[in-house]
Amino acid sequence: MKYYDKLIFELSRPGRKGYSLPENPYGPMLLPAGLGRGSKAMLPEVSEPDVVRHYTNLSQMNFGVDTGYYPLGSCTMKYNPKINEEIAAMPAFQGLHPLQDEATVPGVKAVYEGMDKALCAITGMKHFIFTPCAGAHGELTGLMIIREYHRRRGDLARTKIIVPDSAHGTNPASAAVCGLEVVEVRSTENGLVDVADLEKLLGPDIAGIMLTNPNTLGLFEREIGRIAELVHACGGLLYYDGANMNPLLGMVRPGDMDFDVMHLNLHKTFSTPHGGGGPGSGPVGVCAKLAGIADTMQVSGFHGNFGVILRAYAYILSLGREHVKMAGKLSVLNANYIKESLKDCYKLPIGSVCKHEFVFDGLVDDGSATGKAGATTLDVAKRLLDFGFHAPTIYFPLLFHQAMMIEPTETESPETLDAFIEVLRKIAAEAAADPDILHQAPHGTPVSRPDETRAARTPVVKYTPAV
Amino acid sequence: MFQYFPHTGEDIRRMLERIGADSLDALYADVPERFIYRGEYDLPAAMSEQQVRDFFEGLAAKNPKLKVFAGAGAYDHYTPSVIPYITSRSEFLTAYTPYQSEISQGTLRYIFEFQTVICSLTGMDVSNASMYDGPTAAAEAMRICVSQAKKKNTVLVSATLLPQVLKVMEVYALNAGIRLVRIPAEGGQTSLQALGELIAAGDVAGAVVPSLNRYGIIEDHAGFADALHAAGALLVEYCDPSALAVLKSPAEWGADVAVGDGQPLGIPLCYGGPYVGFMACRQALIRKLPGRIVGETVDKDGKRCYVLTLQAREQHIRREKASSNICSNESLMALWVTVYAALMGPEGLREVNEISYGGAHYLEQQLLATGKFEKVFDAPFLKEFVLKPLVPVEELQQKLLDAGFFGALKTEEGYVSFCVTEKRTRAEIDQLVNVIREGWL
Amino acid sequence: MAKIIEGLKYAPTHEWVRVEGGVAVIGVTDFAQMEMGDITYVDAPEVDDEVVAGEEFGALESVKASSDLISPVSGKVVEVNAELEDAPEKINEDAFANWIIKVEMSDPSELDALLDAAAYKNISE
Repeated sequence: MKYYDKLIFELSRPGRKGYSLPENPYGPMLLPAGLGRGSKAMLPEVSEPDVVRHYTNLSQMNFGVDTGYYPLGSCTMKYNPKINEEIAAMPAFQGLHPLQDEATVPGVKAVYEGMDKALCAITGMKHFIFTPCAGAHGELTGLMIIREYHRRRGDLARTKIIVPDSAHGTNPASAAVCGLEVVEVRSTENGLVDVADLEKLLGPDIAGIMLTNPNTLGLFEREIGRIAELVHACGGLLYYDGANMNPLLGMVRPGDMDFDVMHLNLHKTFSTPHGGGGPGSGPVGVCAKLAGIADTMQVSGFHGNFGVILRAYAYILSLGREHVKMAGKLSVLNANYIKESLKDCYKLPIGSVCKHEFVFDGLVDDGSATGKAGATTLDVAKRLLDFGFHAPTIYFPLLFHQAMMIEPTETESPETLDAFIEVLRKIAAEAAADPDILHQAPHGTPVSRPDETRAARTPVVKYTPAV
Repeated sequence: MFQYFPHTGEDIRRMLERIGADSLDALYADVPERFIYRGEYDLPAAMSEQQVRDFFEGLAAKNPKLKVFAGAGAYDHYTPSVIPYITSRSEFLTAYTPYQSEISQGTLRYIFEFQTVICSLTGMDVSNASMYDGPTAAAEAMRICVSQAKKKNTVLVSATLLPQVLKVMEVYALNAGIRLVRIPAEGGQTSLQALGELIAAGDVAGAVVPSLNRYGIIEDHAGFADALHAAGALLVEYCDPSALAVLKSPAEWGADVAVGDGQPLGIPLCYGGPYVGFMACRQALIRKLPGRIVGETVDKDGKRCYVLTLQAREQHIRREKASSNICSNESLMALWVTVYAALMGPEGLREVNEISYGGAHYLEQQLLATGKFEKVFDAPFLKEFVLKPLVPVEELQQKLLDAGFFGALKTEEGYVSFCVTEKRTRAEIDQLVNVIREGWL
Repeated sequence: MAKIIEGLKYAPTHEWVRVEGGVAVIGVTDFAQMEMGDITYVDAPEVDDEVVAGEEFGALESVKASSDLISPVSGKVVEVNAELEDAPEKINEDAFANWIIKVEMSDPSELDALLDAAAYKNISE
């Protein structure tokens, strides 16, 4: 990657243009005084070739799944199939206005109905809605459905939602946006929900529980049957956070575990590209009794991210009923392979068989014996960048102070995993011998160790032309 | 086996041996047997790539190709060819959120440019890295009003906002315990007098009003900011960023927050999504902004670089105290809009608006001349307008559809709305008018 | 080794209190600033806001974390340290010299529940 230090505004010169528009056959625009813009907006004036070169150069400072492996836990960075891009770009889909009558878009209706049916088949839920635009948006929508369910029952006492202390931050954040109070349930030292603690928390003020299964440690919550019984008995509903759905593909269905409502991340489990932070899609699935309520949830302007839904549908049709059965298993195989290969040089707090991801709690030997400051998880992450790998998820879950959460999806080859393992071994050896190598990393990237404190203390969030 | 799964039988065998497991199923031994799904999945048989392509071509062909003369929140502006070429570069398309800034400078820089573009168009000091869409951005702005106001729980919303914006805000408000009160319209615009009366009634934390409203009218917001600020409330302008190239900006109206959807900046209609919401605000509110924010800094060698900043507002750190739950947003669409702005510049955007304005006014004039419509509002409009139909709306819509046009959207009042962009030629407008002129002979 | 000053009252949540008549001057300890790392922002209440003993009245932010500030006493905020708005790093430089808020106490007996320097030293090590 080469360091390219330009902003598009710096390439701008007055009078340059990069656009092509037809001649205006009408007269001039006549806006009433007081309604027109006072001064011209500061936007770039750049020729088309320079725009292309600029963004092409920017892209070359970026790492993507197509470049190399992302071991990011809970992100499911699997291969993004290119046929999906072709489908999503078809002009006959791109040109459709969202307010067109259903009768004029039978091809679209078929996509939504087909996806509803397919996702129900895969998850065991009874109906899906597609308006949420991301996983967190889906969580929020699911919680809104739960609140509405209790409201319609006339039960306004259910103001709290139970969330495990190992949960993704989006869980309590979504609960707060939904007006619910968060009650945390503890994890046992085996990393699973503490059922005894859960029992103490249940009562008539509990709207429900949000669970990720497998949880954020990559462990299957085997007490889920009992948990479901207990929560339902107290009158609450069960929400399934589908961020960790990948290992369940082809093996287990949330609907069969008695979840009432769930979301899926199409940009995780269903291969749609991350795009640097979206667009995603977070369809919400419900059991039969909640279907009517789900259909009323207009949480976005139109019909959700149709372009993303198209890609996911193409993926599901490519997988078909045959290959969906292998997706989960291969991701679990890959995760356990890495775990077993590195547990001698990285601390493994929970040694049992994991699902699609697992957590290391820092280095076995961080080099502090040399007298220098020991190498932290952050240092390991930065050093990985020098070897052409993206870092894993770091400092999450909060249960482990030097957490490194690693998830190799089913699209990573054994050779990639072996290369990754070898590099992590090398880094561990470097740390033990001289942790400063890691403290100074990365060495080979366009920039290294940005000053984040400065960025937070004096935020500069837009370009201002020099006077 | 399958082209996306690299593992051969030999690979699987070797890896299981390293793990010490007998089979892939053994890796699920901790899952209670009754939860293991042993049945057939009710999915179609796997399709080859050719079959997938044929299947979707078949679906796409079922949707008649229409010339779009409707807006109402989704505008058929032209998409320059450069844009999809850039956004489909795999380093942008398949990249993750730029948490590891050293290998994400591409993403971080375009987001910084996007934030700048939004600030330029809205006149605001700071912008975030994008939101899901305009309506959810408005809902988040509503939450900021209440969080900023302490103890005040009412947000006023103009009856002239788009229906879907109002609906999404209502859904969020219901669960957040926020009281939404509609500001009635007068002459097709948000009534300043009604605003004043509602503010006087007390408990008002802010107001959300559209700069270009559901009837296509350019609203005059003189006096709005003063009335709200005097009561310690915030002014939120919901705006069309493309139109902001020529219309008075939210900053010029004295707004505290500006929100809207970036779709008119060259994003295809795509049946409603993905689009891109935006939110920009005055400097003092920067820590109230939801979503990601990219900031400029230097690295250890003094090189200019960019990072996600002010992360302490966000869900992964603040959890239930976060300013919002938003995580993934619409980053690639923010790139889309940024490249569009880079190509068009201020002059290009002005021309887009001029041609749209010209076409819309020409269409209105021609439609009125058919004698089948009456003017409703005597108010200035840009590219969209409503008329009262003197013919049955369903028939009108059907005749247009049969001729290959999508327009004459029916409003709640029974009016019909039309939108003209720079993509519609004068000949197409004449054709549409002809269909109507000859429709009821 | 975190610095501890005699003569101040301490909360187990790492806030210190200096009593000036009926007013409690409140800040965070050296231990707290060491734990936080570089402080990038102090989320403080406003003058006239009410605070309640044992409840959150603001937060310290660093690049990667956020830590709630818990009020050791109840009362009304009468002064907020304006210097910290532009220079939150002053707390890192000298946690005891840079107070955050001053509170007019509604119930000075709440001070009795706080720790003295020796007791705080015990629990913060």
